[in-house]
Amino acid sequence: MSQVRVLVGTRKGAFVLNADGKRERWEVSGPFFPGWEIYHVAGSPADPDRLFASQSSGWFGQVIQRSDDGGVTWEPVGNEFKYDGETGTHQWYDGTPHPWEFARVWHLEPAPDDPDTVYAGVEDAGLFKSTDGGQHWAELPGLRTHRSGPSWQPGAGGMCLHTIILDPGHPGRMYAAISAAGAFRSDDHGQTWEPVNRGLRSGGIPDEDAEVGHCVHRMAMHPARPEVLYMQKHWDVMRTDDAGGSWHEISGNLPTDFGFPIGVHAHEPDTVYVVPITSDSHHFPPEGKLRVYRSRTGGDDWEALTRGLPQEHCYVNVLRDAMAVDSLEDCGIYFGTTGGQVYGSADAGDNWAPIVRDLPAVLSVEVQTLP
Amino acid sequence: MIRVVLPAHLRTLARVGGEVELRVDGEVTQRAVLDALEAAYPALRGTIRGHDGGPRRAFIRFFACEQDLSHESPDAPLPAAVATGAEPYLIVGAMAGG
Repeated sequence: MSQVRVLVGTRKGAFVLNADGKRERWEVSGPFFPGWEIYHVAGSPADPDRLFASQSSGWFGQVIQRSDDGGVTWEPVGNEFKYDGETGTHQWYDGTPHPWEFARVWHLEPAPDDPDTVYAGVEDAGLFKSTDGGQHWAELPGLRTHRSGPSWQPGAGGMCLHTIILDPGHPGRMYAAISAAGAFRSDDHGQTWEPVNRGLRSGGIPDEDAEVGHCVHRMAMHPARPEVLYMQKHWDVMRTDDAGGSWHEISGNLPTDFGFPIGVHAHEPDTVYVVPITSDSHHFPPEGKLRVYRSRTGGDDWEALTRGLPQEHCYVNVLRDAMAVDSLEDCGIYFGTTGGQVYGSADAGDNWAPIVRDLPAVLSVEVQTLP
Repeated sequence: MIRVVLPAHLRTLARVGGEVELRVDGEVTQRAVLDALEAAYPALRGTIRGHDGGPRRAFIRFFACEQDLSHESPDAPLPAAVATGAEPYLIVGAMAGG
Protein backbone atom coordinates (compact mmCIF):
# COMPACT_ATOMS: atom_id res chain seq x y z
CA MET A 1 0.00 0.00 0.00
CA SER A 2 1.24 3.52 -0.73
CA GLN A 3 2.37 5.78 2.05
CA VAL A 4 2.67 9.49 2.59
CA ARG A 5 5.35 11.36 4.46
CA VAL A 6 4.55 14.93 5.49
CA LEU A 7 7.56 17.16 6.14
CA VAL A 8 6.86 20.03 8.50
CA GLY A 9 9.14 22.99 9.19
CA THR A 10 8.38 25.08 12.27
CA ARG A 11 9.78 27.97 14.26
CA LYS A 12 11.36 25.50 16.67
CA GLY A 13 12.30 22.39 14.73
CA ALA A 14 11.23 19.94 12.03
CA PHE A 15 8.72 17.14 12.24
CA VAL A 16 8.04 14.16 10.00
CA LEU A 17 4.52 12.72 9.87
CA ASN A 18 4.06 9.28 8.34
CA ALA A 19 0.88 7.42 7.41
CA ASP A 20 -0.23 4.68 5.09
CA GLY A 21 -2.42 5.43 2.09
CA LYS A 22 -5.56 5.63 4.18
CA ARG A 23 -4.06 8.65 5.96
CA GLU A 24 -5.99 7.98 9.14
CA ARG A 25 -3.29 6.96 11.64
CA TRP A 26 -0.17 9.07 11.85
CA GLU A 27 3.23 8.48 13.33
CA VAL A 28 4.88 11.74 14.39
CA SER A 29 8.67 12.04 14.57
CA GLY A 30 10.58 15.03 15.88
CA PRO A 31 11.42 17.63 16.76
CA PHE A 32 14.52 17.44 14.64
CA PHE A 33 16.92 20.36 15.16
CA PRO A 34 14.92 21.56 18.19
CA GLY A 35 15.05 25.26 18.87
CA TRP A 36 16.06 26.21 15.32
CA GLU A 37 13.84 27.76 12.71
CA ILE A 38 13.18 25.29 9.93
CA TYR A 39 11.98 27.28 6.97
CA HIS A 40 11.60 24.33 4.64
CA VAL A 41 12.05 20.57 4.35
CA ALA A 42 11.86 18.98 0.91
CA GLY A 43 12.37 15.52 -0.54
CA SER A 44 14.03 14.55 -3.80
CA PRO A 45 11.62 13.16 -6.39
CA ALA A 46 14.55 11.16 -7.78
CA ASP A 47 15.31 9.55 -4.41
CA PRO A 48 12.50 10.06 -1.92
CA ASP A 49 14.67 9.03 1.01
CA ARG A 50 16.91 12.01 0.34
CA LEU A 51 15.61 15.03 2.20
CA PHE A 52 16.99 18.53 2.59
CA ALA A 53 16.17 20.90 5.44
CA SER A 54 16.89 24.59 5.84
CA GLN A 55 17.84 25.19 9.47
CA SER A 56 18.54 28.72 10.64
CA SER A 57 18.94 30.88 13.69
CA GLY A 58 19.40 34.55 14.39
CA TRP A 59 22.42 33.60 16.50
CA PHE A 60 24.13 30.94 14.45
CA GLY A 61 23.04 31.63 10.87
CA GLN A 62 22.27 29.06 8.20
CA VAL A 63 22.73 25.30 8.28
CA ILE A 64 21.57 22.87 5.61
CA GLN A 65 20.80 19.35 6.79
CA ARG A 66 20.48 16.29 4.58
CA SER A 67 18.94 12.93 5.29
CA ASP A 68 19.48 9.86 3.14
CA ASP A 69 17.08 7.63 5.03
CA GLY A 70 13.79 9.45 4.86
CA GLY A 71 14.36 11.71 7.82
CA VAL A 72 15.50 9.19 10.42
CA THR A 73 19.07 10.52 10.57
CA TRP A 74 20.52 13.81 9.32
CA GLU A 75 23.92 15.24 8.50
CA PRO A 76 24.85 18.91 8.08
CA VAL A 77 26.10 19.68 4.58
CA GLY A 78 27.30 22.92 3.01
CA ASN A 79 26.08 26.22 4.40
CA GLU A 80 28.09 28.78 2.46
CA PHE A 81 25.82 30.92 0.28
CA LYS A 82 28.06 33.51 -1.29
CA TYR A 83 26.64 35.87 -3.87
CA ASP A 84 28.53 35.74 -7.13
CA GLY A 85 30.61 38.84 -7.89
CA GLU A 86 29.52 42.36 -7.05
CA THR A 87 26.48 42.20 -4.80
CA GLY A 88 25.18 45.68 -5.52
CA THR A 89 22.19 47.15 -3.73
CA HIS A 90 18.43 46.84 -3.60
CA GLN A 91 16.04 49.28 -1.98
CA TRP A 92 15.59 49.20 1.78
CA TYR A 93 12.21 49.74 3.44
CA ASP A 94 12.81 53.48 3.46
CA GLY A 95 13.76 53.57 -0.18
CA THR A 96 17.50 53.96 0.35
CA PRO A 97 20.00 51.63 -1.35
CA HIS A 98 20.89 48.63 0.80
CA PRO A 99 23.59 46.05 0.07
CA TRP A 100 22.48 42.53 -0.67
CA GLU A 101 23.02 40.46 2.51
CA PHE A 102 22.40 36.73 2.86
CA ALA A 103 20.02 35.98 5.71
CA ARG A 104 18.58 32.48 5.25
CA VAL A 105 17.27 29.85 2.86
CA TRP A 106 13.52 30.07 2.51
CA HIS A 107 12.85 27.32 0.01
CA LEU A 108 14.60 24.21 -1.28
CA GLU A 109 13.58 22.70 -4.62
CA PRO A 110 15.19 19.34 -5.40
CA ALA A 111 15.53 18.52 -9.10
CA PRO A 112 13.12 15.90 -10.41
CA ASP A 113 15.74 13.71 -12.05
CA ASP A 114 18.91 13.95 -9.96
CA PRO A 115 19.07 13.48 -6.19
CA ASP A 116 22.28 15.50 -6.00
CA THR A 117 20.81 18.60 -7.62
CA VAL A 118 18.83 21.03 -5.52
CA TYR A 119 17.98 24.71 -5.83
CA ALA A 120 17.73 27.14 -2.93
CA GLY A 121 15.79 30.38 -2.81
CA VAL A 122 17.29 32.76 -0.28
CA GLU A 123 16.85 36.09 1.50
CA ASP A 124 18.11 38.60 0.32
CA ALA A 125 16.62 37.38 -2.92
CA GLY A 126 18.91 35.09 -4.82
CA LEU A 127 18.87 31.65 -6.39
CA PHE A 128 21.53 29.05 -5.59
CA LYS A 129 22.15 25.56 -6.94
CA SER A 130 24.00 22.55 -5.62
CA THR A 131 24.94 19.59 -7.79
CA ASP A 132 26.62 17.57 -5.06
CA GLY A 133 23.82 16.90 -2.64
CA GLY A 134 24.08 20.21 -0.85
CA GLN A 135 27.78 20.15 -0.06
CA HIS A 136 28.54 23.21 -2.18
CA TRP A 137 26.29 25.99 -3.43
CA ALA A 138 26.78 28.32 -6.38
CA GLU A 139 24.61 31.27 -7.18
CA LEU A 140 22.78 31.59 -10.48
CA PRO A 141 23.41 35.34 -10.49
CA GLY A 142 21.38 36.21 -13.57
CA LEU A 143 18.29 36.70 -11.44
CA ARG A 144 19.76 38.93 -8.72
CA THR A 145 21.67 40.97 -11.27
CA HIS A 146 18.63 41.60 -13.47
CA ARG A 147 18.54 45.27 -14.46
CA SER A 148 15.52 45.77 -12.19
CA GLY A 149 17.34 44.42 -9.08
CA PRO A 150 18.31 47.81 -7.64
CA SER A 151 14.61 48.71 -7.45
CA TRP A 152 13.49 45.59 -5.56
CA GLN A 153 12.28 46.09 -1.99
CA PRO A 154 11.71 43.64 0.85
CA GLY A 155 8.26 42.64 1.99
CA ALA A 156 7.49 42.65 5.69
CA GLY A 157 9.10 39.23 6.08
CA GLY A 158 12.27 40.18 4.24
CA MET A 159 13.27 40.16 0.59
CA CYS A 160 12.85 36.47 0.08
CA LEU A 161 12.93 34.21 -2.94
CA HIS A 162 10.24 31.81 -1.79
CA THR A 163 8.96 30.00 -4.88
CA ILE A 164 10.94 27.91 -7.35
CA ILE A 165 9.03 25.98 -10.02
CA LEU A 166 10.85 23.73 -12.49
CA ASP A 167 8.74 23.35 -15.63
CA PRO A 168 8.52 19.64 -16.51
CA GLY A 169 7.27 20.39 -20.01
CA HIS A 170 10.02 22.71 -21.16
CA PRO A 171 13.59 21.71 -20.34
CA GLY A 172 15.45 24.70 -18.98
CA ARG A 173 12.35 26.70 -18.11
CA MET A 174 11.92 27.68 -14.50
CA TYR A 175 10.07 30.26 -12.45
CA ALA A 176 10.98 32.13 -9.30
CA ALA A 177 8.96 34.52 -7.18
CA ILE A 178 10.26 37.18 -4.82
CA SER A 179 8.57 39.31 -2.19
CA ALA A 180 8.33 42.10 -3.12
CA ALA A 181 9.72 42.06 -6.63
CA GLY A 182 7.36 39.70 -8.43
CA ALA A 183 7.53 36.68 -10.69
CA PHE A 184 10.41 35.86 -13.01
CA ARG A 185 10.96 33.23 -15.71
CA SER A 186 14.09 31.73 -17.15
CA ASP A 187 14.19 29.67 -20.35
CA ASP A 188 17.87 28.82 -20.13
CA HIS A 189 18.27 26.80 -16.92
CA GLY A 190 18.38 29.89 -14.73
CA GLN A 191 21.13 31.76 -16.51
CA THR A 192 18.99 34.74 -17.57
CA TRP A 193 15.64 35.91 -16.29
CA GLU A 194 12.81 38.21 -17.26
CA PRO A 195 9.98 39.54 -15.10
CA VAL A 196 6.61 37.97 -15.90
CA ASN A 197 4.26 40.33 -14.09
CA ARG A 198 2.10 41.76 -16.86
CA GLY A 199 -1.49 41.99 -15.67
CA LEU A 200 -0.64 42.26 -11.96
CA ARG A 201 -1.92 45.37 -10.22
CA SER A 202 -0.72 46.23 -6.74
CA GLY A 203 -2.13 49.17 -4.86
CA GLY A 204 0.82 49.47 -2.52
CA ILE A 205 3.31 50.62 -5.14
CA PRO A 206 3.42 53.96 -6.96
CA ASP A 207 2.85 52.46 -10.41
CA GLU A 208 0.20 49.81 -9.87
CA ASP A 209 1.11 47.78 -12.94
CA ALA A 210 4.87 48.24 -12.83
CA GLU A 211 7.17 45.67 -14.38
CA VAL A 212 8.46 44.71 -10.90
CA GLY A 213 7.61 45.52 -7.30
CA HIS A 214 4.68 43.18 -6.77
CA CYS A 215 4.43 41.22 -3.55
CA VAL A 216 3.85 37.73 -4.90
CA HIS A 217 3.18 35.37 -2.01
CA ARG A 218 3.17 32.02 -3.79
CA MET A 219 2.81 30.40 -7.22
CA ALA A 220 1.73 26.89 -8.19
CA MET A 221 1.63 24.81 -11.37
CA HIS A 222 0.09 21.53 -12.40
CA PRO A 223 2.78 19.49 -14.16
CA ALA A 224 0.38 18.28 -16.85
CA ARG A 225 -0.40 21.83 -17.94
CA PRO A 226 2.72 23.83 -17.29
CA GLU A 227 1.75 26.91 -19.25
CA VAL A 228 -0.91 27.62 -16.60
CA LEU A 229 0.29 29.11 -13.34
CA TYR A 230 -1.72 30.20 -10.34
CA MET A 231 -0.61 32.94 -7.98
CA GLN A 232 -1.62 34.16 -4.57
CA LYS A 233 -0.47 37.74 -4.56
CA HIS A 234 -0.46 39.93 -1.43
CA TRP A 235 -3.93 40.89 -2.56
CA ASP A 236 -5.52 39.10 -5.55
CA VAL A 237 -5.53 35.51 -6.73
CA MET A 238 -4.20 35.43 -10.28
CA ARG A 239 -3.80 33.06 -13.20
CA THR A 240 -1.75 33.00 -16.37
CA ASP A 241 -2.47 30.74 -19.34
CA ASP A 242 0.64 31.64 -21.28
CA ALA A 243 3.55 30.89 -18.95
CA GLY A 244 3.48 34.31 -17.36
CA GLY A 245 2.99 36.33 -20.53
CA SER A 246 -0.08 37.90 -18.95
CA TRP A 247 -2.05 37.39 -15.76
CA HIS A 248 -5.74 37.82 -15.02
CA GLU A 249 -7.53 37.89 -11.71
CA ILE A 250 -9.51 34.84 -10.57
CA SER A 251 -10.46 35.98 -7.06
CA GLY A 252 -14.16 35.73 -7.99
CA ASN A 253 -16.37 35.10 -4.97
CA LEU A 254 -13.63 34.65 -2.35
CA PRO A 255 -14.47 36.40 0.93
CA THR A 256 -11.09 38.12 0.72
CA ASP A 257 -8.35 37.70 -1.82
CA PHE A 258 -5.49 38.26 0.61
CA GLY A 259 -3.61 35.13 1.61
CA PHE A 260 -0.36 33.25 1.36
CA PRO A 261 -0.38 29.67 -0.01
CA ILE A 262 -1.93 28.37 -3.21
CA GLY A 263 -2.02 24.76 -4.37
CA VAL A 264 -3.26 22.64 -7.25
CA HIS A 265 -4.95 19.21 -7.05
CA ALA A 266 -2.58 16.43 -8.09
CA HIS A 267 -4.88 15.07 -10.82
CA GLU A 268 -7.15 17.98 -11.71
CA PRO A 269 -5.31 20.98 -13.18
CA ASP A 270 -8.38 23.18 -12.77
CA THR A 271 -8.82 22.44 -9.07
CA VAL A 272 -7.10 25.11 -7.01
CA TYR A 273 -6.88 25.75 -3.28
CA VAL A 274 -6.31 28.95 -1.29
CA VAL A 275 -6.73 29.98 2.34
CA PRO A 276 -8.26 33.46 2.47
CA ILE A 277 -6.90 35.71 5.22
CA THR A 278 -8.71 38.84 6.27
CA SER A 279 -6.09 41.40 5.30
CA ASP A 280 -2.47 42.38 5.54
CA SER A 281 -3.20 44.12 8.81
CA HIS A 282 -5.22 41.19 10.21
CA HIS A 283 -3.23 38.07 9.59
CA PHE A 284 -6.07 35.72 10.55
CA PRO A 285 -9.07 34.19 8.77
CA PRO A 286 -12.26 36.21 8.25
CA GLU A 287 -14.84 35.85 11.04
CA GLY A 288 -12.51 33.57 13.02
CA LYS A 289 -13.41 30.69 10.65
CA LEU A 290 -10.60 28.66 9.16
CA ARG A 291 -11.71 27.88 5.63
CA VAL A 292 -9.88 26.46 2.67
CA TYR A 293 -11.45 27.60 -0.59
CA ARG A 294 -11.47 25.31 -3.59
CA SER A 295 -12.18 26.17 -7.18
CA ARG A 296 -12.91 23.35 -9.61
CA THR A 297 -13.02 25.74 -12.54
CA GLY A 298 -9.52 27.13 -12.51
CA GLY A 299 -10.59 30.12 -10.45
CA ASP A 300 -13.40 32.69 -10.13
CA ASP A 301 -15.91 30.23 -8.70
CA TRP A 302 -14.85 29.16 -5.19
CA GLU A 303 -16.44 26.96 -2.52
CA ALA A 304 -15.63 27.02 1.19
CA LEU A 305 -14.28 23.79 2.67
CA THR A 306 -15.03 23.77 6.36
CA ARG A 307 -15.81 20.24 7.50
CA GLY A 308 -13.39 19.41 10.31
CA LEU A 309 -11.84 22.88 10.45
CA PRO A 310 -12.51 25.28 13.35
CA GLN A 311 -15.40 27.58 12.51
CA GLU A 312 -15.21 29.87 15.50
CA HIS A 313 -12.52 31.67 17.48
CA CYS A 314 -9.76 30.71 15.08
CA TYR A 315 -7.12 33.39 14.56
CA VAL A 316 -4.17 31.56 13.04
CA ASN A 317 -2.43 32.22 9.76
CA VAL A 318 -1.29 29.81 7.06
CA LEU A 319 2.06 30.83 5.62
CA ARG A 320 3.10 30.71 1.97
CA ASP A 321 5.01 27.42 1.99
CA ALA A 322 2.65 25.66 4.38
CA MET A 323 0.29 23.84 2.01
CA ALA A 324 0.95 20.75 -0.10
CA VAL A 325 -0.87 17.98 -1.96
CA ASP A 326 -0.05 14.30 -2.24
CA SER A 327 -0.53 12.31 -5.43
CA LEU A 328 -2.56 9.37 -4.21
CA GLU A 329 -5.63 8.53 -6.26
CA ASP A 330 -7.80 10.36 -3.75
CA CYS A 331 -5.70 13.48 -3.62
CA GLY A 332 -4.68 14.46 -0.11
CA ILE A 333 -4.11 18.05 0.89
CA TYR A 334 -2.29 19.31 3.96
CA PHE A 335 -1.62 22.65 5.56
CA GLY A 336 -0.03 23.95 8.73
CA THR A 337 -0.88 27.00 10.81
CA THR A 338 0.93 29.55 12.89
CA GLY A 339 -0.93 28.01 15.82
CA GLY A 340 0.93 24.74 15.37
CA GLN A 341 -1.80 22.63 13.84
CA VAL A 342 -1.26 20.51 10.75
CA TYR A 343 -4.54 19.59 9.09
CA GLY A 344 -4.96 16.91 6.48
CA SER A 345 -7.70 15.90 4.10
CA ALA A 346 -7.68 12.54 2.31
CA ASP A 347 -10.52 13.48 -0.02
CA ALA A 348 -9.38 16.59 -1.84
CA GLY A 349 -10.55 18.93 0.89
CA ASP A 350 -14.09 17.72 1.57
CA ASN A 351 -13.22 16.54 5.08
CA TRP A 352 -10.38 17.65 7.33
CA ALA A 353 -8.82 16.44 10.55
CA PRO A 354 -5.85 17.64 12.56
CA ILE A 355 -2.82 15.38 12.31
CA VAL A 356 -1.09 17.27 15.12
CA ARG A 357 -2.42 20.22 17.12
CA ASP A 358 0.34 21.69 19.23
CA LEU A 359 3.52 22.09 17.23
CA PRO A 360 5.45 25.37 17.17
CA ALA A 361 4.25 27.81 14.52
CA VAL A 362 4.36 26.03 11.17
CA LEU A 363 6.49 27.62 8.46
CA SER A 364 6.30 24.96 5.77
CA VAL A 365 4.54 21.74 4.81
CA GLU A 366 5.59 19.36 2.07
CA VAL A 367 4.34 15.88 1.33
CA GLN A 368 5.90 12.90 -0.36
CA THR A 369 3.86 10.09 -1.85
CA LEU A 370 5.79 6.86 -1.42
CA PRO A 371 5.26 3.43 -2.95
CA MET B 1 45.19 21.66 25.19
CA ILE B 2 42.80 24.55 24.77
CA ARG B 3 39.40 24.06 26.37
CA VAL B 4 36.43 25.51 24.51
CA VAL B 5 32.87 25.72 25.76
CA LEU B 6 30.21 25.96 23.05
CA PRO B 7 26.61 27.12 23.37
CA ALA B 8 24.10 24.28 23.58
CA HIS B 9 22.86 24.54 19.98
CA LEU B 10 26.40 24.34 18.63
CA ARG B 11 27.23 21.39 20.87
CA THR B 12 24.28 19.62 19.29
CA LEU B 13 25.35 20.61 15.80
CA ALA B 14 28.93 19.47 16.42
CA ARG B 15 27.72 16.37 18.28
CA VAL B 16 29.84 16.96 21.35
CA GLY B 17 28.83 16.70 24.96
CA GLY B 18 30.78 18.99 27.27
CA GLU B 19 33.92 20.99 26.64
CA VAL B 20 35.90 20.59 23.45
CA GLU B 21 39.64 20.18 23.73
CA LEU B 22 41.80 21.46 20.89
CA ARG B 23 45.49 21.48 20.08
CA VAL B 24 46.65 24.85 18.77
CA ASP B 25 50.12 25.12 17.34
CA GLY B 26 51.86 28.48 17.63
CA GLU B 27 50.46 31.54 19.31
CA VAL B 28 47.08 31.02 20.94
CA THR B 29 44.80 33.69 19.55
CA GLN B 30 41.05 33.77 19.04
CA ARG B 31 41.58 33.24 15.31
CA ALA B 32 43.85 30.24 15.93
CA VAL B 33 41.36 28.67 18.33
CA LEU B 34 38.44 29.17 15.95
CA ASP B 35 40.49 27.85 13.03
CA ALA B 36 41.27 24.71 15.03
CA LEU B 37 37.66 24.39 16.16
CA GLU B 38 36.28 24.62 12.62
CA ALA B 39 38.91 22.20 11.31
CA ALA B 40 37.90 19.64 13.92
CA TYR B 41 34.16 20.28 13.55
CA PRO B 42 33.39 21.47 10.00
CA ALA B 43 29.66 21.68 10.76
CA LEU B 44 30.45 24.78 12.83
CA ARG B 45 31.79 26.74 9.86
CA GLY B 46 29.71 29.83 9.35
CA THR B 47 27.85 29.52 12.65
CA ILE B 48 30.27 31.50 14.85
CA ARG B 49 31.90 33.81 12.32
CA GLY B 50 31.79 34.25 8.58
CA HIS B 51 33.18 31.65 6.26
CA ASP B 52 36.89 32.06 5.51
CA GLY B 53 37.44 33.47 9.00
CA GLY B 54 35.11 36.39 8.49
CA PRO B 55 33.77 38.61 11.27
CA ARG B 56 32.07 37.29 14.40
CA ARG B 57 28.33 36.83 14.03
CA ALA B 58 26.46 39.64 15.72
CA PHE B 59 24.88 37.60 18.52
CA ILE B 60 28.00 35.63 19.40
CA ARG B 61 30.27 36.66 22.26
CA PHE B 62 33.69 35.39 23.35
CA PHE B 63 34.52 35.30 27.07
CA ALA B 64 37.51 34.05 29.05
CA CYS B 65 38.91 34.69 32.50
CA GLU B 66 35.85 36.81 33.36
CA GLN B 67 36.59 39.17 30.45
CA ASP B 68 34.58 39.92 27.32
CA LEU B 69 37.03 39.40 24.46
CA SER B 70 34.43 39.87 21.73
CA HIS B 71 35.81 43.19 20.60
CA GLU B 72 39.48 42.28 20.88
CA SER B 73 41.53 41.71 17.77
CA PRO B 74 41.19 38.10 16.60
CA ASP B 75 44.97 38.03 16.35
CA ALA B 76 45.68 39.23 19.89
CA PRO B 77 47.09 36.57 22.23
CA LEU B 78 44.54 34.99 24.55
CA PRO B 79 45.21 35.06 28.31
CA ALA B 80 47.89 32.65 29.45
CA ALA B 81 45.36 30.72 31.52
CA VAL B 82 43.46 29.88 28.32
CA ALA B 83 46.64 28.96 26.46
CA THR B 84 47.64 26.54 29.26
CA GLY B 85 44.16 25.06 29.55
CA ALA B 86 43.65 26.31 33.09
CA GLU B 87 40.64 28.34 31.99
CA PRO B 88 38.19 27.63 29.16
CA TYR B 89 37.46 29.87 26.20
CA LEU B 90 33.72 30.48 26.18
CA ILE B 91 31.74 30.94 22.98
CA VAL B 92 28.40 32.37 24.03
CA GLY B 93 25.12 32.99 22.29
CA ALA B 94 24.08 36.45 23.45
CA MET B 95 21.08 36.52 25.74
CA ALA B 96 18.03 37.73 23.87
CA GLY B 97 14.34 37.20 24.11
CA GLY B 98 11.84 37.91 26.83
